Amino acid sequence: MTPYGNIAFFIIISILLIPTILLGLSGKTAKRYNIFISIVILAIIFGHSVNGTVSLVLFTLFQLVLIISYQKYRLQKNSTMVFVKAVVLAIFPLVLVKVLPILGLHHLFGFLGVSYITFKSVQMILETRDGLIKDKISVIELAYFLLFFPTVSSGPIDRWRRFYKDMQTVPSANDYQKLLFSGINYIFVGFLYKFILAYLIYNYTLIYLPNHTYNYLTPFQGHIAYMYMYSFYLFFDFAGYSAFAVGVSRIMGIQTPINFNRPFTSRNIKDFWNRWHMSLSFWFRDYVYMRFVLWMTKKKWIKNKYTVSYLGFFLLFFLMGIWHGLEWHYVVYGLYHAMLIISFDKFERWNKKHKRWPKNKWTHAIGVFITFNAVCFGFYIFSGQLF
Amino acid sequence: MEKQQILEMLVDLCEDDIVLENTDIDLFEEGLLDSFGTINLLVEIETRFDISVPITDFNREEWNTPNRIAAKLAERQ
Repeated sequence: MTPYGNIAFFIIISILLIPTILLGLSGKTAKRYNIFISIVILAIIFGHSVNGTVSLVLFTLFQLVLIISYQKYRLQKNSTMVFVKAVVLAIFPLVLVKVLPILGLHHLFGFLGVSYITFKSVQMILETRDGLIKDKISVIELAYFLLFFPTVSSGPIDRWRRFYKDMQTVPSANDYQKLLFSGINYIFVGFLYKFILAYLIYNYTLIYLPNHTYNYLTPFQGHIAYMYMYSFYLFFDFAGYSAFAVGVSRIMGIQTPINFNRPFTSRNIKDFWNRWHMSLSFWFRDYVYMRFVLWMTKKKWIKNKYTVSYLGFFLLFFLMGIWHGLEWHYVVYGLYHAMLIISFDKFERWNKKHKRWPKNKWTHAIGVFITFNAVCFGFYIFSGQLF
Repeated sequence: MEKQQILEMLVDLCEDDIVLENTDIDLFEEGLLDSFGTINLLVEIETRFDISVPITDFNREEWNTPNRIAAKLAERQ
């Protein structure tokens, strides 16, 4: 069963969450019960396919052993080679999942959520390397984090130290009530976005676009309409899903970070990436771009620090592009965004010197307009309609 | 490590004197710092004050103003 995919899923989780809510409202911890229902719900999500279940179990065991062994090792030593090997091992299954279908082997290995679990696992290894995760980790709690059912299929991508704090905190009855209400609120936002708005946009516009408009639109107009409608559809569908994930997490006492913060009101492309699929873009920012730039800056192979930053942007967006799938339109989508960010960065630095573009409500409005259109064109590339 | 030295470092990095006038300014909100600026900040902190801050420990919500950066660095000395 796909999480949040149909009404049955919502009914099942509502029933299973009743004890969680009752415990929370009386100020008691529901941690053990939540771990128990996670197993039940994971079985419901993955149980329909034997292959998927076996893959998930083996994959999770692999990541658990890897994270815990690396942590044990790191308490004694800190070799760069071992660190690199641990990261490569953590990513390896995901690479297989992406590459095997190209070789015509797509039924061999692969399941819902493999990349989101990988993101969490890589993050744990990097933070362990940085010496930020030193306390002994319980295998069950770590598995609960990796497989936390509200976010297991498509995020948002939480961070261990944040998740751990929430997991160990027992909110007072009053605080829990607030969490519960905001959680329910998120879930209703999710219904509005995913099951009403995204559904309507899809069924009343997208299925007729770009080429089945009964001569009502020229082919060019059809593609333009498709570009905007597809962008709105992507937003409402994914922001709706993310709202469900955040809402259910809150009911379970975990404040999973939000994924979208009014992205279409971004004033420039950097602002956009702080508002769109935030947990993913922050992951790439912190664990790819920043690490790469810091590493290159320390090595001093390239003198010009802006060149290093631009290489970092290319690396980030190229990886983000191919992560969506090893197809040309995803690669071009990534490179297109790298180009947007670099152009904007150059403009921003130029403007710092020359001060030709003041900060006021007019430039703000123009900025929002340009960003919105540039971003929609990006989604048009992403959709695969262009080529 | 004097607070003044930290503020001077921020002036160099942000290329703006406003960080001296308003030490509670949100550096990320105002576009004075971004991910790239953060890296330069971490490198400068290491060279000027010999304090090593891992990137993963740099949380934008906690390091967003000159005053907070100064407090964070004082903690680590």
